[in-house]
Amino acid sequence: MEELNSLMQGFGHVLSWQNTGLMLLGILLGIVVGVLPGLGGPNGVAILLPLTFSMNPTSAIILLSCIYWGALFGGAITSILFNIPGEAWSVATTFDGYPMAQQGRAGQALTSAFTGSCIGALFGVIIITFLAPLVAKFALRFGPPEFFAVYFLTFCSFIGMGKEPKAKIIISMCAGFLLAAVGMDTISGQLRMTFDFPELLRGFDFLVAVIGLFGVSEILMTMEEGLAFKGKKAKIDLKVVFKTWASLPKYWMTLLRSSIIGCWLGITPGGAVAASFMGYGMAKKFSRTPDEFGKGAIEGVLAPETAAHAAGTSALLPMLALGIPGSATAAVLLGGLMIWGLQPGPMLFVEQKEFVWSLIASMYLGNIAGLLVVLSTVPLFAAILRIPFSIIAPAIMVICAIGAYTVHNAIFDIWQMVVFGVIGYIFKKLSYPLAPLVLALVLGDRAEDAFRQTMVGSKGALGVFWSGGLVGTIMTLAMIALLWPLVSSLIARLRNREPVLAV
Amino acid sequence: MNNSEPLIEEVREHSPAVFSIRTAEIAVSIALAIGSLILVWDNYKLGAGWGPYGPEAGYFPIRLALIVLIASIVVFIHAVRDNDQTPFIEVAQAKLVAVILLPLLVFVFAIAYLGIYVASILFIAAFMVFLGKFPIWKAALVSICLMGFFFYIFEIQFLVPLPKGPLENWLGY
Repeated sequence: MEELNSLMQGFGHVLSWQNTGLMLLGILLGIVVGVLPGLGGPNGVAILLPLTFSMNPTSAIILLSCIYWGALFGGAITSILFNIPGEAWSVATTFDGYPMAQQGRAGQALTSAFTGSCIGALFGVIIITFLAPLVAKFALRFGPPEFFAVYFLTFCSFIGMGKEPKAKIIISMCAGFLLAAVGMDTISGQLRMTFDFPELLRGFDFLVAVIGLFGVSEILMTMEEGLAFKGKKAKIDLKVVFKTWASLPKYWMTLLRSSIIGCWLGITPGGAVAASFMGYGMAKKFSRTPDEFGKGAIEGVLAPETAAHAAGTSALLPMLALGIPGSATAAVLLGGLMIWGLQPGPMLFVEQKEFVWSLIASMYLGNIAGLLVVLSTVPLFAAILRIPFSIIAPAIMVICAIGAYTVHNAIFDIWQMVVFGVIGYIFKKLSYPLAPLVLALVLGDRAEDAFRQTMVGSKGALGVFWSGGLVGTIMTLAMIALLWPLVSSLIARLRNREPVLAV
Repeated sequence: MNNSEPLIEEVREHSPAVFSIRTAEIAVSIALAIGSLILVWDNYKLGAGWGPYGPEAGYFPIRLALIVLIASIVVFIHAVRDNDQTPFIEVAQAKLVAVILLPLLVFVFAIAYLGIYVASILFIAAFMVFLGKFPIWKAALVSICLMGFFFYIFEIQFLVPLPKGPLENWLGY
């Protein structure tokens, strides 16, 4: 019960006036970020990160992680009221959420979406509370080969489970690693791939990349689609809330199923997007009334939202326990840890007890507070989307530019942001995934160091990755994850069935 | 619902494609292949083999660049084979993207000379006037208030200095 004790101490830290205030601020900002096109979880956190450089790490992580929860909540508002997913993970919510709003059941849809989200998130946090310390304790035995193996596993499962064409996932990931390698080599001190440009000496900062890839490109995409927001009115009163809550227990199976799917995909880096679609698909498959789906079934809102939040939350488990983020936003948070001077990895649970447990405690409180905040402020946030796009678009660009500048106080970074924005736009249109690029950019140096340390130890023999039971198991798992789509379609073909190809 | 509609509504009608997905795929894969070749060459020059202290600086990147090279060839082959003729971007869409991208470039260029606050005020106001068809006084009001708010947050509240220009100097900041 050591965990519970530490958790209680964590609650103690979070419940100070300052941290509670930051928590609420984070949630409100997060919802705004989730509602606005062009600002999302990853770049919302990235833009605010420079403002937290001088804060103490505990307060900073509470603020930033709450932005993440808020963004997860905010995505549902636009999906249901405007049929525009504010975030990729709320696309599946539009399928049934918008029909419900059209039928005048917006209040019910929103309440169930938020409640489902909260339940999913709490499920994820409980898993983190009890599983993360165990994983971290186990990982204390890891040396460089094991760490490289875990990185390798992460990236292999990205390739194996990604829905995009495999070659494109690989390109995006390797591009991330290459960008991370630009600049001074940490081991030999040589300059790599700078082509004699002094600006490139610093290398590429993941924060600038994230702001460009997710922020600027999103505005370009929104602009191109010529969005005109035409939303449904939202009114939530307590009667609707309680009536909806009363009807939820009968969907416990959907909630549980989505929570489990979400946690699974969050811990292994499938991410919230995959989780929400899978949650929706499974709910439809197991539903007694599958025909209702797409026409405004309440399960159709509950399932994807619960799964997305469970995944979004549990994506922090590998980040905390192993130093490996399960999603793009988690990757940005991980980068934040390094900037605040904390060494991510299993030692975090030993050396930074206060930090870790305050973060976990703030997840419980942040999600519950988030539910209450979002329920009471929906009309306000829906109103944001009625601001004309000709104000929103340049304002978001300005915010992105400020965010990019504050990382290193360099105007060159704003140019970098624009270039990353155009790249992100082209990549999105050609379905190159962006998350692996960000992950690789954040983890690049660490993965390379782990690899080179291993190689130094083994004098260049790759066999070292299969030399021990632990590292061998992880590497084998990675290989299976990488080759799984191939294997499964092969098995299907051998059995002479229709090949199960990834769509 | 608001007066920023006219430009935006044009998109709904179909307009000729600037180029197809196939062309875009091929162009991107060739660009990636060329980029990776340059990186392979650069890392090779740096030393990508085995030095006295273990792997040299280029050891890891050169392998990644080679993987990108191979993957981009795969993408190229797929693009040629799939022959996807759906438009990558239509003319009207391209216009809209240019409407935001070109002012953005001017804006970033102006930051170095005018400072971020003045440049942003002009950027937002220009957008509101030309794209949103707002009257100038409204545009000025919104953009100045917004940047005044940012000035307060960054310069006064968080003490984060942003690029400033002649106006701020004149005002004594």
